[in-house]
Amino acid sequence: MSPVLRLLPAITILAMLGPVAAGLWGTILPAFGHLPAVGLDGPSRVALDGLLDWPGLAAAVRLPVTTGLAATSISLVIVTLIVAGWSGTRVFAWFLRLLSPLLSVPHAAAAFGLAFLVAPSGLVARAASPWLTGWERPPDILVVGDPWGLTMVAGLVAKEVPFLLLMTLAALGQSAERQSLRVAGALGYGRVTGWLKAVFPRVYAQIRLPVYVVLAYSMSVVDVALILGPSTPPTLSVQIVAWMSDPDLAMRAVAAAGALLQLALVVAALGLWRLGEAAVARWGTAWAGGGGRRHLDEPVRLVGLGAASVSALSIMAGLAVLALWSVAAIWQFPDLLPDGLSARSWSRQAGALAATTGETVLIALAAAGIALALSVGCLEAEHRRGRPISTAALWLLYLPLLVPQTAFLPGLQTLLLTLGADIGRGPVIVAHLVFVLPYVFLSLGDPWRAWDPRQATVAALLGASPLRVLVAVRLPMLLRPLLTAFAVGLAVSVGQYLPSLLIGGGRVATLTTEAVALASGGDRRTIGVFAIAQTLAALLPFAAAIGLPALLWRNRRGLHG
Amino acid sequence: MADGLRLDGIAIDLAGEPLLRIDAEVGPGEVLTVMGRSGAGKSTLLAYLTGTLAPTFEARGRILLGGRDITCLSPDRRRIGILFQDALLFPHLSVGGNLGFGLRGGSRRTRRDRIDAALAEVGLEGFAERDPATLSGGQRARVALQRMLLSDPHALLLDEAFSGLDTDRRDRTRTMVFETARRRALPVIMVTHDEADAKAAGGARIQLG
Repeated sequence: MSPVLRLLPAITILAMLGPVAAGLWGTILPAFGHLPAVGLDGPSRVALDGLLDWPGLAAAVRLPVTTGLAATSISLVIVTLIVAGWSGTRVFAWFLRLLSPLLSVPHAAAAFGLAFLVAPSGLVARAASPWLTGWERPPDILVVGDPWGLTMVAGLVAKEVPFLLLMTLAALGQSAERQSLRVAGALGYGRVTGWLKAVFPRVYAQIRLPVYVVLAYSMSVVDVALILGPSTPPTLSVQIVAWMSDPDLAMRAVAAAGALLQLALVVAALGLWRLGEAAVARWGTAWAGGGGRRHLDEPVRLVGLGAASVSALSIMAGLAVLALWSVAAIWQFPDLLPDGLSARSWSRQAGALAATTGETVLIALAAAGIALALSVGCLEAEHRRGRPISTAALWLLYLPLLVPQTAFLPGLQTLLLTLGADIGRGPVIVAHLVFVLPYVFLSLGDPWRAWDPRQATVAALLGASPLRVLVAVRLPMLLRPLLTAFAVGLAVSVGQYLPSLLIGGGRVATLTTEAVALASGGDRRTIGVFAIAQTLAALLPFAAAIGLPALLWRNRRGLHG
Repeated sequence: MADGLRLDGIAIDLAGEPLLRIDAEVGPGEVLTVMGRSGAGKSTLLAYLTGTLAPTFEARGRILLGGRDITCLSPDRRRIGILFQDALLFPHLSVGGNLGFGLRGGSRRTRRDRIDAALAEVGLEGFAERDPATLSGGQRARVALQRMLLSDPHALLLDEAFSGLDTDRRDRTRTMVFETARRRALPVIMVTHDEADAKAAGGARIQLG
């Protein structure tokens, strides 16, 4: 094996974890009052006191814990019920086709869509006014930004259900689901009860890491919280970002202390979740061994389907409303539809749109391209060494997704500034790579390993060097999963908010940063334009990933679906 | 002693447990049949011979092909051809592209001629532009055989190569492969669980496990 290929796994781990470690390091020093740039020569309690003196602290600590745990458990329950009740049916297959594209819809766009649906002047209120509600003007109630973060939980659930569902599907393949269901059925178990008792434990063991990712993400998300979350006081993550952009540079030390608190909160919540797992496992083992055959199977099936449909529909309807607003002429409350359509919002934003789209695409292509190259290199090194990656390595892959963004990105920014490094596009690409790499690797890993290694043996014995086997046989045969992984990488990069904002130092304007910046304004037409552009930037690569292989391999039936 | 394929004191262990021991010599045009129940180490032996053995195994012993020690060579330098139960044609290449894959050197013209001749030899004239997925099982097996032969191997391995074919095709394909091996004086090692394969080969036989 060539030395470069031998080193590639180490380089990849460095690319994923280096920025996280550097960011945490850059957080710890200022958090303990050491930030020479603003004259703080710690260690001291300055930053900690600043944090403790903030009046919003209690709510900011409570909110991530309650909303994070709620969003994660609700998403998990919905996914479990829909799979328990429907996997293997035609309804389920149809549902998956509907849900898979939603995975790539950026969080910010989904959140805006939900806001446009449920706000007092949103589509739901319009549909019921004035005939049912009597409202002639939007009522003065706080739906979006409610102090408990309920709407934010709803937005997170709608986005995490497709993610957890696809992760669950991948796990189902290795769980002998059908055989277990058949055995349970033969013993007289209802479908849902049988699935929960016989299949769920194995599936959960495999989706545990993705569930942790959802919890850590939900607790520290910034863009969704800015759009749907409470604002006075906001969540801790939002406040950390506010401190980071404070003109008083000393507030960066307070932000760092907040970032450490954020990390501690996520670690504590993960610990709490682990305890919950143990409790559910204990109770569940007793329940499974108890022999009950049917527990409301039919109603539970319907509830599962209903909840999953609502979560999917809310994203799709939300996108439809965003699209409608982007082309709406006059649209008064309580009219259900605008008076007319106009391209004015699009043409007025054309200049800004072109520039930010260019920036977004450039960063996404670079990050996804590097991630794909590193992933292929790592998988090829694994293939040539003949040893699969270990569980420890899998944890490493998930680690950057488990450390809250707000815990290390502020520190990374401070560190880059302290070192006098230029912040801007280059570092933003590096920061995106931290989040893009794990998803690209996970997306490519399964199809890569499922490839018949005898093809490589045949090619090698025909005299092809390892490089030729890779380039002339394996990569062309895996074109479809390669393009899908690339599209996943592009979508993840397009959806990134915090890395672009913080590491870009306000100088890198992407579709996502522009869209989220509009959140506080309330110009619905412009929000519609940017949110739709953002969604298209994430979705179109998937269409290409499906269409391109079909076009290139149109004369090769062996490579179709 | 320089000709043929010699397996010199081959011993393969897995996790400290001995898995297989083999000492054999296969002359040019001869067939050595290796039989044994599944798990007896048949595919492990083939992996060792092709240089694709997983590092979890510990292997000792030398492989000599035509007097040349190939034990430590990478698979692409061993000059060994293999046929599996599945034809394993590359699905992204045409039939001609598959045949050309293993063909060494030559001008575009001579390559083209050799590919056409190889197809004609097995009754597949004019198939060069075809998509391998549109071929029947028997046609695929013949393309796989010709692809392997065009790479000019010095020995031939058969890994349950005829198990995928129905009885009628199986006899014909088997006869064709053995005759080709004899004509080209290739030593053959055949791994199989089928008594009829062993009988048709007619050479020495080793029982594993």
